[in-house]
Amino acid sequence: MKIHEYQAKELLQPFGVTVPRGHVADTVAEAEAIARQLDSAVVVKAQIHAGGRGKGGGVKLAKTPAEAAAAAEQILGMTLVTHQTGPEGRLVRRVLVEEVSSIARELYLGIVVDRGAGKPVFMASTAGGMEIEEVAAKDPGAILKEAFDPDRGLQPFQARRLAFGMGLPPAALNGAVASMVALARAFVALDASLAEINPFILTADNKVMALDAKITLDDNALYRHPHLRELRDTFEEAELEVEASAFGLNYIKLEGSVACMVNGAGLAMATMDIIKYAGGSPANFLDVGGGASSEQVRRAFEILLKDPSVKAVLINIFGGILRCDTLATGVVEAARAVKLNLPLVIRMEGTNVDKGREILRDSGLKITVANSMSDAAEKVVAAARG
Amino acid sequence: MSILVNRSTRVLVQGITGREGAFHARTCKEYGTQVVGGVTPGKGGTVHEGTPVFNSVREAAEKTGANATVIFVPPPFAADAIIEAADAGVQLIICITEGVPTLDMVRAQDFLRTTGSRLIGPNCPGIITPGECKIGIMPGHIHKPGNVGIVSRSGTLTYEAVHQLTQLGIGQSTAIGIGGDPIIGTTHRDAVELFNADPQTEAIVMIGEIGGSGEEEAAAYIRDHVRKPVVGFIAGQTAPQGRRMGHAGAIISGGKGTAEEKMTAMRAAGIEVCVSPADMGTTVARMLQVTTR
Repeated sequence: MKIHEYQAKELLQPFGVTVPRGHVADTVAEAEAIARQLDSAVVVKAQIHAGGRGKGGGVKLAKTPAEAAAAAEQILGMTLVTHQTGPEGRLVRRVLVEEVSSIARELYLGIVVDRGAGKPVFMASTAGGMEIEEVAAKDPGAILKEAFDPDRGLQPFQARRLAFGMGLPPAALNGAVASMVALARAFVALDASLAEINPFILTADNKVMALDAKITLDDNALYRHPHLRELRDTFEEAELEVEASAFGLNYIKLEGSVACMVNGAGLAMATMDIIKYAGGSPANFLDVGGGASSEQVRRAFEILLKDPSVKAVLINIFGGILRCDTLATGVVEAARAVKLNLPLVIRMEGTNVDKGREILRDSGLKITVANSMSDAAEKVVAAARG
Repeated sequence: MSILVNRSTRVLVQGITGREGAFHARTCKEYGTQVVGGVTPGKGGTVHEGTPVFNSVREAAEKTGANATVIFVPPPFAADAIIEAADAGVQLIICITEGVPTLDMVRAQDFLRTTGSRLIGPNCPGIITPGECKIGIMPGHIHKPGNVGIVSRSGTLTYEAVHQLTQLGIGQSTAIGIGGDPIIGTTHRDAVELFNADPQTEAIVMIGEIGGSGEEEAAAYIRDHVRKPVVGFIAGQTAPQGRRMGHAGAIISGGKGTAEEKMTAMRAAGIEVCVSPADMGTTVARMLQVTTR
């Protein structure tokens, strides 16, 4: 689960990560009041779940409260387009108003779980302000790394090694080490899957501060952090994806015209691939899971059909736990309920497949039954072309 | 022969009295697997559908001589179940549970390194040696004993590969689902190494997906050590950047872990990579006619 910058900063501060003074605002008046209260030049930052906000015009400097109000006026309500939002952009509903800091150096700090090492890895680089992926591609040696045990945490000597590696002056050492150890502690305590401070700045008087913060939480661990679950902002997610998640369905909207419903994530991806291979383009990823009920199948079906770009639907189910007759019952109910008028191709295999096919045949609905994945893909792509 | 499991494997079921555990313990027994005991703390001393239930894995392993265990406990308790099984000295631990927190797996993995146990999963369908032993949630009836080893991160996509092979009359030595999470026990490389050493396995099917670099590591091993034909497929050729595709580990982040990258590495290692998932079976059939690479 992604959260906003202002939320990440609020979470990190109690662990001992220094952040600029500031507050979040929903309105222009609030932004102006915060700027007045801070009594300093401020930066007004759009709060959306995407990077590259500055380049898109979502971050503005303001010397006075009136300028802060003008900046908030421009940013609030704008549709911000960055390289991470896609061309449709994101509506900005909140801004963070913060005191401006004097920057001597911009650094990068980040933590992810390294799959190979099987441990969290702390990364640090002097290329602050740049995207770490870019740094990794251009000059992987510029990223310093320290793996750490979640329960022991990042050891101070490891943090010192990173700090010296980045060439920090001795006067900044203690502050930097404390921030790094704190970030590692927060990563573990919050069950994060990503924690990033970019840029982590050094000021002219050798203080360190988190100018930006990004945290992604491990969805699987949210059950033990109910207060973090409340940080979810469903406005940042596609409407149909939010609806699907409420029914325990895993749906991701894509650009194409062939909707697909599949059980299992791997088979769902493979189904998208074979649609493309057959010359079509998938409208979504949808995994109904291993043990879907006919109710869930019906809900899934309804969600697929709400996407106006869908021209045809492919259902590809390999029945293991999810039996083909359960699936067929759900599909028939759903097709009747929504008065389906789009072409529907079904490919089923596995447990109770004959019973499932019989239910489809006896339904009187216009359903094309395919006998293999490639046959199904060809039929549905042809149908989508009309 | 086969890898890891066969007709003499003695299996425990952790979480045998739960809905999932009970259902799948039954299908495994029906397939012929020796399910010798179950573990549900607090229900020790009872008998569940003919299988004795114990309070702890240690007690169950001592009393039954089990050498494998399959875990169906809910996600908050799964890492503890893995560690308990390893602590009891069970050699093969298969964790089916989906949704285990990543840092729990980091801790479990760390403990496993201090023991001799092997973990398969979590978030996986399990392992099956057709005709001998099924430990997991896969539909047994689609399998056929034979000479092709299968390793995959996905459940249903494994069934798809198995089904295609069986339809062509080609059987499987062992099929193993290694799971869709970022931190897993047995990797693609580990499984390939085992299949390579197994005299019964004549060809290997390696099914991967976007995210991580497990497929690339297996490809490097195959390039240097494997002379058996290997057929590959990578799911997620059309997956967008930065979105988690169902599996916790299936994500392209920062342009890394793409299907294209993996397919290129696999081709460079001499693996016959299928672009379409419908071609896995026929490609194996073609490769088996050419005996050496």
